[in-house]
Amino acid sequence: METITLTIDGREVQAAKGMTVLEAARAAGIKIPTLCYHPELRPEGACRLCVVEVKGAKSLVASCVMPASNGMEVYTNTPFVREARRTALELLLANHPFECLTCDRNGNCELQTLAHDLGVREVRYQGEKRNVPKDTSSPALVRDPNKCILCGRCVRMCGEVQNVNALGYVGRGWDTLILPLFNRNLAEVACVACGQCSTVCPTGAITEKSYVDEVWKALGDPKKHVVVQTAPATRVSVGEALGMAPGSIVTGKMVAALRRLGFDRVFDTDFSADLTIMEEGHELIERLKEGGPLPLITSCSPGWVKYCEHFYPELLPHVSTCKSPQQMFGAVAKTYYAEKMGLKPEDVYVVSIMPCTAKKFEAQRPEMTASGVPDVDAVLTTRELARMLKEAGIDFEGLPEEEYDAPLGISTGAGAIFGATGGVMEAALRTVYEVVTGKTLESLDFTAVRGLDGVKEASVDLDGKTVKVAVAHGLANAKKVLDRIKAGEADWQFVEIMCCPGGCIGGGGQPIPVDREKRAARIKAIYEVDASMPLRKSHENPAVQTLYKEYLGAPLSEKAHELLHTHYTPRSRF
Amino acid sequence: MSACACGNTAPKYPELQEILSRHEGEKGSLIPILQEVQAAYGYIPEDVIKEISLALDIPATTIYGVATFYAQFHLKPRGRHVVRVCQGTACHVRGGARILAEVEKELGIKPGETTEDLRFSLEPVACLGCCGLAPVMMVDEDTHGRMTPDKVASVLARYE
Repeated sequence: METITLTIDGREVQAAKGMTVLEAARAAGIKIPTLCYHPELRPEGACRLCVVEVKGAKSLVASCVMPASNGMEVYTNTPFVREARRTALELLLANHPFECLTCDRNGNCELQTLAHDLGVREVRYQGEKRNVPKDTSSPALVRDPNKCILCGRCVRMCGEVQNVNALGYVGRGWDTLILPLFNRNLAEVACVACGQCSTVCPTGAITEKSYVDEVWKALGDPKKHVVVQTAPATRVSVGEALGMAPGSIVTGKMVAALRRLGFDRVFDTDFSADLTIMEEGHELIERLKEGGPLPLITSCSPGWVKYCEHFYPELLPHVSTCKSPQQMFGAVAKTYYAEKMGLKPEDVYVVSIMPCTAKKFEAQRPEMTASGVPDVDAVLTTRELARMLKEAGIDFEGLPEEEYDAPLGISTGAGAIFGATGGVMEAALRTVYEVVTGKTLESLDFTAVRGLDGVKEASVDLDGKTVKVAVAHGLANAKKVLDRIKAGEADWQFVEIMCCPGGCIGGGGQPIPVDREKRAARIKAIYEVDASMPLRKSHENPAVQTLYKEYLGAPLSEKAHELLHTHYTPRSRF
Repeated sequence: MSACACGNTAPKYPELQEILSRHEGEKGSLIPILQEVQAAYGYIPEDVIKEISLALDIPATTIYGVATFYAQFHLKPRGRHVVRVCQGTACHVRGGARILAEVEKELGIKPGETTEDLRFSLEPVACLGCCGLAPVMMVDEDTHGRMTPDKVASVLARYE
């Protein structure tokens, strides 16, 4: 790597060639404020908060787009720079609604933090405020264009990382807005509800649609038996949402906290993840035997499923017919479990704690009603659960570690790793290997499918027969895999796709902010959870075995199909 | 081009296909294509944006962003006749606002809108550059100077 030397604020610093001034400064531990810049997105250079003085330059330069060069002299903290940044920020604030106290992002807003850090104590410019109605059409996300500062991070996230392009700039000048295609509501365009936009929005302009009030109401209703399921990724992120270090494993504390909120039973999506492996694993074995359609593609990630419906409807026959673990849980809770408890399906209220906003959409799909009523009643993101715990005054870190309830809280390590990219693949391989070969798997760790590479490929030897697999996370990476399948250039038999970067641990409902290091910390924690479990293969889950014995018969049985499988709907790509 | 169920497979926008094939493989062709589409159809229909998006592999949101950024592009059908009432300084001083108000009343639309019968579109304009005739309005290419509110109806009546 070629290095260059430049001077920042009188200090000589080394930087890699190709770095911007901003990157060089950050690498040297010098903080420059940013707003439209995001380390994982193409720089835009629009907000002017990262301006610096460069000796010899005619005017201030935006450090996020200025390449660093040898011998450059940069000043990041001069009166001129400070005044320019503050003025730029005040102009952004001039038409910003001052609703901080009631805003979803209060206390976690980059605009708010910058106003504080840059010493804005009054706004000298009083501008006309926008008055655009909120878009509440989506079951997953709410857009409030009045709070939008037009930084365009959501547009770049939706396009560059997710390849969905549901959002774009409309109009120009004062009238510019960021809107879904043709000024429609979000529910009327090809949005996959992944919520990645909400994780990069610096303000409260895009947030998850909250169902906290519905859940409080259900918890207060004596006629409802309220059960909760927690997604694999939540046990390594709820702590982070409450101020603990990224990657803190808080499984037992989360269970204790949910009991204190008043849930009648605290169950685990890891249980139904194991169940998913039983169904999906056997589906793979059946398709391998019958010759297709292959590759089989996983169906756990509702953002990915919706993406496939919009953009690759011709590949829908490849998608596993298995419902996602969230929906399998709901279906089992309202049938098998309800019958065991002597309850009617409509008296059981199923709440999900999910790292995901697309799960809110999935829960409201009309076909997800195995018992006659919706499988899942309310979906809360990790962030919403954190808010509930704060509202309830629960001292999370001080809670004891408690155990999940039986039977739907019993799980294996295979269920846990569903939260990370490659995890569903690895969990499936652990089971498929043993079912197909009848042998005990020596090493449980399929490390080739782990990690943050965009597309991962591996070959697995099933007693002489090689199975080729691929794993993609983030929809732009998924597109690469899908285009190869579509072109007939792929020889994989099994493909895992997760919608969000890093898999569910990087989901649209996860703590904000997020970056590669935080994703890596959460992933590391997920594999620690797996390694610490006494059972690590889904088919060894005793509660799943009992469920088959008492209720479902065998994987892919008629009953299993009725409750645990679904179908898909081609949708418009616009 | 997708076919509908009626059995008629003729493309809905034949001119678009010609425009697209004229620019096939050309870089930076989006704006010329939009200009030619507008020349062919008078405006840029949403379905055409979708077709361009598929043909050029450019997100429809990006195309819509370009089309709404430039004042020259229209996203709604325009009237057969375009009315422009000057709001420049000289016309303002001599009552341009009253002329505009009368046109709005007569047509029942605001600047930027089109009458339901697609007869007239009303467009805002800052200065038409003939201040000696103030207050002035244009209909299509015809200039009508020294306007008064009571002349508005008879001027408009000349355009079917």
